[in-house]
Amino acid sequence: MYEGSLQDLIDALGKLPGVGPKSAQRLAFHFLQTDSATVQNLANLLLEVKQKVKSCKTCGAVSETDSCNICNDTRRDVSIICVIEEAKDISSIEKTREFKGRYHVLGGVISPIDGIGPDQLRIKELTSRVTNEEIKEVIVATNPNLEGEATAAFLVRILEPSGVLVTRLASGLPVGGELEYADEVTLGRALKGRRQVS
Amino acid sequence: MHVISLAAVDFRSYSFVEIELTPGVTTFVGKNGQGKTNLVEAISYCSTLSSHRVSQDLPLVKLNQPRAIVRTGVKYLERTNWLEVEIWPSKTNKAKLNGSECKKTKDILGILKTITFSPEDLILVKGDPGDRRSFLDDLLIQKSPSYAGVKSDYERVLKQRNALLKSAAPAKKNNLESILSTLSIWDDQLINFGAQIIVAKHELINELLPFITKTYTEIAPQSSELSIKYLPNVETMDVNITEVTKAMQEKINLRQQDELIRGLTLVGPHRDDMEITIGQMPAKGYASHGETWSVALSLKLASFDLLKENSPAGDPVLILDDVFAELDNDRRNQLIHRVKDVEQVLITAAVLEDVPKELIGKKLFVKDGKVEEL
Ligand SMILES: Nc1ncnc2c1ncn2[C@@H]1O[C@H](COP(=O)(O)OP(=O)(O)OP(=O)(O)O)[C@@H](O)[C@H]1O
Ligand SMILES: [Mg+2]
Ligand SMILES: [Zn+2]
Repeated sequence: MYEGSLQDLIDALGKLPGVGPKSAQRLAFHFLQTDSATVQNLANLLLEVKQKVKSCKTCGAVSETDSCNICNDTRRDVSIICVIEEAKDISSIEKTREFKGRYHVLGGVISPIDGIGPDQLRIKELTSRVTNEEIKEVIVATNPNLEGEATAAFLVRILEPSGVLVTRLASGLPVGGELEYADEVTLGRALKGRRQVS
Repeated sequence: MHVISLAAVDFRSYSFVEIELTPGVTTFVGKNGQGKTNLVEAISYCSTLSSHRVSQDLPLVKLNQPRAIVRTGVKYLERTNWLEVEIWPSKTNKAKLNGSECKKTKDILGILKTITFSPEDLILVKGDPGDRRSFLDDLLIQKSPSYAGVKSDYERVLKQRNALLKSAAPAKKNNLESILSTLSIWDDQLINFGAQIIVAKHELINELLPFITKTYTEIAPQSSELSIKYLPNVETMDVNITEVTKAMQEKINLRQQDELIRGLTLVGPHRDDMEITIGQMPAKGYASHGETWSVALSLKLASFDLLKENSPAGDPVLILDDVFAELDNDRRNQLIHRVKDVEQVLITAAVLEDVPKELIGKKLFVKDGKVEEL
């Protein structure tokens, strides 16, 4: 235990994802030894992201404006939507360069244990996009684990009446894994070989 | 196969312990509470990723320590595999195989096979259906390690489905529709994994039965025939994936109202059991104390035979934890007869006199967390 604000900082850092008590202490001492300007800059950035970054009204990705860069990009194929769990999955899929459509962020997966059902996810927004935009295909790219598969099965059912083509990433992704950890080649292949599920 | 080395850190009463083992019989001797069972428990954990004494990992970790580490060297013919497990009660365990980190702890299953017989096994006869389910699960995991994945997926689906059903109970009408809209998704998953489990257990019991009948006749020649039967929660004429899938779906449809009212999954292999009968009588409630021991011993020796038959890597390691004091002469003699050719047998006893002389083998004395050869 340290005195006052140093301990407060260690405690606060320790609450961050992936930071244990030891790393929290290391980070806190790192800040202590860093010059004030650098620390000030970091503090400003933290506040700035909170104020500036919102989510795109269309796809739910992070964006500083109401419409994100990908939704604004006229070169992208507006007839295909790739559905993902979290905004961070976009960068994994973008890296493969296999996908030229637009995205839809669900904001999680169906998981009753965590109190998350369809109403807690951006599923209504998805169905209204499918009805109102000229969508030909929806690629469901939720993670290949139990909750991801359950969510995919639910989306297939919900989207069926609209007649849109629904596809799922090809197998080959490690079962039980997450997109975030799949390498570009595997993920690219999974996108290319996607199969119809609707 | 046999274990050539055991090392453990912060496991049960041990801060650190390291012992070398040889093929044949090794007897751990020492007063009560000195840490004999803890040693064999550490070894069997590397083969089942569970303990024969407790269902939770917490008691396995030394008091006030965050995690325990167990490492065993397992030798078959000229090859030695090193298994290492880090047991973390507060997060996911980790495992290493020959020094490199496994993606999942389950990946080390199937390399070391052990069968443990201990006084706790009397619950196979006297205990709840859950005790018999763990027995079958542990055996299946050792026989075909991929079963561990099916089992944990099933348990996860069960948890999700129960949470969903529970959320229906207080809500009455207003969110019932939304619950029903996702319930069938979880039904499909429950059926998918549940049917695989039912078929696997049905097959396991069929394979185990002849070994059990034979062993029991040897152990208790004057007694009636011992038999076991699978009592699945979902019954079908033919037990195959297609039939079981169909029957499970029908039963789920039938029980949906009950499930919604009770907020609980009522259909599936988490509610199955194994019936044990001696002659015409169920063992539970009818078997005498001695018969109960004979049944438990038969179940374990039959499991040993089944694993041995199915394993390309020779005999499983046989662990006899504190069982000799309680066995009568006939059963002791049967055990001696059965055990003398097993590649490796690990025995624990508080008093050396309890162990039949023919079986003692190499002696290791356990006192205050120290293990010494005398
Ligand atoms: N998590 C733990 N942390 C510290 N000590 C523990 C832990 N779990 C068990 N023990 C201690 O280990 C001892 C029990 O060891 P063990 O069961 O191996 O005894 P034993 O030698 O087999 O005795 P017996 O002859 O009675 O069967 C007990 O004294 C118990 O207090
Ligand atoms: Mg003991
Ligand atoms: Zn967007």
